Amino acid sequence: MSDITGGTRADFLQLTEITAVFDGFKALDVNYFGVDRGDLRVVIGPNGAGKTTLCDVISGKTKPTSGRVVIGEHDVTTWRDADISALGVGRKFQTPSVFDSLTVYENMELALPGRRRVWQNLFGSETAAQREQIDALLTRTHLIERRNHPALDLSHGQRQWLEISMLMVSGATLLLVDEPAAGLTDHETALTAELLSELKGDHTLIVIEHDMEFVRRLNSRVTVLCEGRVLSDGTLDHVSQDPKVMEAYLGRGKERT
Amino acid sequence: MSDMPSGMRYATVPPLLRLYRGGWRGAALWTDQALPGLALFALLLGVPMALALGWCDEAFVSKLGRFCCFAIMAIGLDLVWGYTGILSLCQAMFFTIGGYAVGMYIAMQGPLLGNGIPEALYVVSSEIGGMTLPAFWQPFGHLGFALLMVVLLPGLLAFIFGYFAFRSRIRGVYFSIITQALTIAMWLLFCRNDLQLCGTNGITPLKTFAGFDLTDPVVKIALYEVSALALVGTVLLALWLTGTRFGRLLLAVRDSEMRLRFAGYQPVWIKTAVFTLGAVLAGIAGALYTPQNGNINPADMIAVKSILVVVWVAVGGRSTVFGAVLGALGINLLYSYLTSVMPSTWPFVLGGIFVGVVLFMPTGVIGMWRRLIAKAQTVKAVP
Repeated sequence: MSDITGGTRADFLQLTEITAVFDGFKALDVNYFGVDRGDLRVVIGPNGAGKTTLCDVISGKTKPTSGRVVIGEHDVTTWRDADISALGVGRKFQTPSVFDSLTVYENMELALPGRRRVWQNLFGSETAAQREQIDALLTRTHLIERRNHPALDLSHGQRQWLEISMLMVSGATLLLVDEPAAGLTDHETALTAELLSELKGDHTLIVIEHDMEFVRRLNSRVTVLCEGRVLSDGTLDHVSQDPKVMEAYLGRGKERT
Repeated sequence: MSDMPSGMRYATVPPLLRLYRGGWRGAALWTDQALPGLALFALLLGVPMALALGWCDEAFVSKLGRFCCFAIMAIGLDLVWGYTGILSLCQAMFFTIGGYAVGMYIAMQGPLLGNGIPEALYVVSSEIGGMTLPAFWQPFGHLGFALLMVVLLPGLLAFIFGYFAFRSRIRGVYFSIITQALTIAMWLLFCRNDLQLCGTNGITPLKTFAGFDLTDPVVKIALYEVSALALVGTVLLALWLTGTRFGRLLLAVRDSEMRLRFAGYQPVWIKTAVFTLGAVLAGIAGALYTPQNGNINPADMIAVKSILVVVWVAVGGRSTVFGAVLGALGINLLYSYLTSVMPSTWPFVLGGIFVGVVLFMPTGVIGMWRRLIAKAQTVKAVP
């Protein structure tokens, strides 16, 4: 699955001159956005800044109005979402989205790499190694006791973790993680930050988040989006000192910092 | 389904294995798996025995045979709707097409009129004098070809129609509406005499099948047995399929198609596959039904017929294989009983059942049953 090859480390994911226009409204207008291989990049910004649209454009859910999206050495601008996913781009949605009527284990099972064609799903089951891998991950995310329960019965935090666990098991190399800490308790937030930091290096991550405490824990480069544009870029300390950023947040009533 | 409490899904464990898991769970599974299994067994062996003992008459057995065909069609819809969440309103159309394929074969066995033209076709033809048998009827004289068409015609139609509809991401109520439009269009088409499929009369009478006289009681019982066997086979197929990873993908499509797409799957193929399978099952059911019914005509695919299949599945229990069987057999038996005792009440009874189920048993009879069992289990487990 994860066959994103080529490209130098520094230009693993590149968005050039990207615009996304909906009914005349410019949701995204990014000159350049690049993420290095193995990096964790945090994207923050006020509501409606275009953070989720950015993920939509990368994962192929939304086609950009203009511009180019390059992952590794593939220009995926016109690719179908399923093909981009097959390239190794995984996604966690803003509202946790898991398969409600399947058990926790079955959710993980469907996230395993390979067997994406219909007939491949008729026979055979996971290997012992895959089963162990799933159980190890479920133990880490404290979901192991809920292993055979339908995902419907999970709490909000557990659903977040299940979705992150599904990403981790999927073998995707570029992970788009939309608000993983939303609605979590402090303790749960800490574990989520720990999990994501662990993925850094082997995986390239883009994490969208509002929770500044969480962003601080991730200890990574931060890009600030505002009204579809990149406003500032650098360490958390750097961007939070940036007058443009302060204006964007404070000017809008300091919402959700 | 979505409000099912935990512990109600056994899909990961193969059915036979579930039986010898002890305790309350075992007892519950006994009622959940073994009772329907026994009921099917009774259908296979008990009914002919009851006939031999004089407990029921041959007309009843033949009727039950036709209801078994309905149950096969219902399992097909259950896979498409109950498991995958695609509300298809053209299941009876596939059923009727399968029926026509076999009906044409039987009609070709005679009686023939004119230049070897089946009676059913002859009587609706406007050019009686110089009529010859239409070319597309010829191959249906061969049993093998007709049987192939039983599977191929509904299967291909569903595959092509399904693929384009699902690829265009037509879903929900929009998909239901176009399937209903499709069945109505097909009905209008089949009603036309110049299509040379016997018009509104349909194919009738149907007398001999591969040399067997269809009015012979022995043949009727044999056809019943074949239908009951086919039903058991379909149940086993559906139980197996829903236990595989493919079965889990069907539920995943129903839960969140978008999530599945971003996990790298292509829901369009999963949906096309299950829609085609549902159509093929309906086609086979129609092919078994036609010789037992003695005729097949366009009225078998009017819009209401497909909606009735939905009602059977809803009443019996969506996304449970036995629910589809229970609903199809139960409602039809009730129908045939009530229409002989007090015919005028039937529409009200059917409507009442449907409304009652939607309001009070959203998971159908089997879903309700499982809920009760789960409740009993938790009560017993606490002390």
